Amino acid sequence: MIVDRRWRVTLRSFALGYLALLLLIPVGMVFYRTFEHGAMAVFDSVTTPAAISAFWLTITVTLIAVPLNTIFGVLCALALARGRFRGKALLDATIDLPFAVSPVVIGLALVLVYGRGGWLDGLPFQVIFAVPGIVLATIFVSVPFVVREVTPVLREIGDDQEQAASTLGANRWQTFWRITLPAIRWGVAYGIILSVARCIGEFGAVSVVSGRISGETETLTLLVEERFQNFDVAGAYAASALLAIIALGTLLAMTRINPRRDDE
Amino acid sequence: MIAVRDVRKSFGDFVALNDVSLEIPDGSLTSLLGPSGSGKSTLLRIIAGLEEPDKGTVEIHGSDATQVPPQRRGIGFVFQHYAAFKHMTVRDNVAFGMKIRKQPKQRIQERVDELLEVVGLAGYQQRYPNQLSGGQRQRMALARALAVEPRVLLLDEPFGALDAKVRAELREWLRRLHDEVHVTTVLVTHDQEEAMVVSDHIAVMDKGRIEQVGGPVELYDRPRNRFVMSFLGPVSKVGEDLVRPHDIAISLTPEDGARQATVSRIVHLGFEARVELEVEGEGTVAAQMTRAEADHLELVERAVVWVRATGRTAVPA
Repeated sequence: MIVDRRWRVTLRSFALGYLALLLLIPVGMVFYRTFEHGAMAVFDSVTTPAAISAFWLTITVTLIAVPLNTIFGVLCALALARGRFRGKALLDATIDLPFAVSPVVIGLALVLVYGRGGWLDGLPFQVIFAVPGIVLATIFVSVPFVVREVTPVLREIGDDQEQAASTLGANRWQTFWRITLPAIRWGVAYGIILSVARCIGEFGAVSVVSGRISGETETLTLLVEERFQNFDVAGAYAASALLAIIALGTLLAMTRINPRRDDE
Repeated sequence: MIAVRDVRKSFGDFVALNDVSLEIPDGSLTSLLGPSGSGKSTLLRIIAGLEEPDKGTVEIHGSDATQVPPQRRGIGFVFQHYAAFKHMTVRDNVAFGMKIRKQPKQRIQERVDELLEVVGLAGYQQRYPNQLSGGQRQRMALARALAVEPRVLLLDEPFGALDAKVRAELREWLRRLHDEVHVTTVLVTHDQEEAMVVSDHIAVMDKGRIEQVGGPVELYDRPRNRFVMSFLGPVSKVGEDLVRPHDIAISLTPEDGARQATVSRIVHLGFEARVELEVEGEGTVAAQMTRAEADHLELVERAVVWVRATGRTAVPA
C-alpha cells in the first residue's frame, strides 16, 4: 500500500507525541527530579534501612510470585489449550478474575479469608500484615499474565509436533521439554516480563494486606507513597527511580535472551 | 501383518468408524482411499495409537497393540502438514527419535546423513524447516519417521498440502522408496490416482465403513458397488447402469438394447476423444474413445446414434 508521505509523517509524529506526553516526559521528569540535587542525595535516600528493606522485600516477593505463576501459568495454558474436561470454561473465566476485580478488593478479600476472625485465621503463622500476605496478594494479581500469553501460542502451534514426538518415542515429559517448551518460549518470556512488572509495581492489594510496618512489611511502592505522604518528595522520587530501574533492567534482560519474536 | 478387528470410533454423535475390520499384509503398501469424513484418517490414527477405539482391537505383527501407547508401537507417522520441529535443524529433526532412544552419537550422525541422502536432502543438515519448500519438509518428515526403523510406516495424506507437480513427483518417489525399504506402509489419501499409482492394495472407505479391498486393477475392473465404481474413476450412467466412459459403444445404426441419442459435443484431447451425448429421456452421457474410433464413426454434432454399455465393469443399480 502506498501511503502519502505527509500522512506518514503525521501518523508517526502523533504516535511519538502521544508516547512522549504520557510516558516519556513523566518518567523522564522522575529521573530529572531525582538527580536534581546530585547523586549523593539519591544514594543516601535509597540506602536508608527502610529503603533497603523495602527493596529486598520487593525482590523477594517477586522471586516467589513469578516462578510460581510461571509454572502454574504454563500448566494452566496446557490444560486450556489441549485438555478436554468439564469446567474448562469456568477455569478460563476464573483466570481473568484478577484483571476484572480491583486490586483493593482483592486485598480486602484476602483479609476476610486470612485475617482476624477470617475463614483461615487459625494458621500457625501470621498472613495478614505480614510477608505471606504480601506474597499471596502479589501472586493473586499477577496470575493471568503467563496463562494469557501462552494459551494462544499453544493453540496456534497446534499439537501436530507433540503427536509427532510421541510417535517417535518421546514420553510426555520429554515432549514437553524438547518440543512444547521451545515452541512457546517467547510467549513464556513475555508473560514473565509482564508478571515481573506487575509484581514489583503492585500497590493496591499489597497496601491493604501489608500493614505498612516500615522496615518489615513495606514494599518499594508502599515506600514511595509513604515518603510522598510525608512531604519527602525527593525521597519519593529516589525510590520511584529505583523501581523504574528494576523494571527497565528486567525488560532489557528479557530482550537480551529474547532477541527475535518473529522467527517462526 | 496389521489386523484391525471390529473397530468402532465416535466423536460425539458422529460415527467415524463403524465396526471396521482390515488386514494389511507385511511389506505391502496399502492405501486407505475415501472422501473426507469417510474415517480413513481416524483408522490410521487408531493404528498409530494417536486415537483410542471405542471398541475393537488392533494387532501389529501378531501382538495386540490396542492398549499400547504410540511411543511403543514401532511406528513411523507422517502428517499432512509435516509437523516439522520448527526450532530444530533438519539434522536434529531426523535425529530426534534416535536421541530419545539414547543411541550413540556416532551412529546417529551416520544414520541421519544416510537417510538424508536417501530422501534427497544431503547437504541440508544445518537448515531449519522454514528454509525448506513443502516437498522438502515432507521428505525430511519421512526421513525422521524412518530413522527409528519402524515396523510400520503410516502416512496421513502426506502430499495433500503440496502442489500438483510436486505431488506427482513425490508419489513416484515414495513407490520407489518403498520398493527399496520394504517397510509395511499405510497411506491415507482422497486422491484415487495417487492410490492407483502407488499401492499394492487399496481399501476404499465411505461413511465409516470399508466398501471394498483389493488391488488397483481389481477395484477398477470389478467394483463391488456404485460408490467404489464412481470413486475410482469417471462414470457414465446408461439407463440404470453405471459404466466407464470407455465402455460405451456407439453405432450409427439401431442395435438390440441400444438407446437412441444425439451427439451434443465432441472434444478432442490428443490421443482420446470425448463425446457428449443426449440420451432420449435420460440426459447427458459422456463416452470416451480413441481418436481413430471417433474418426472412423465420422461423428458430427447433432448426429443421431445408438449407444449401449459394453462394459465388464457395469454396476447395476
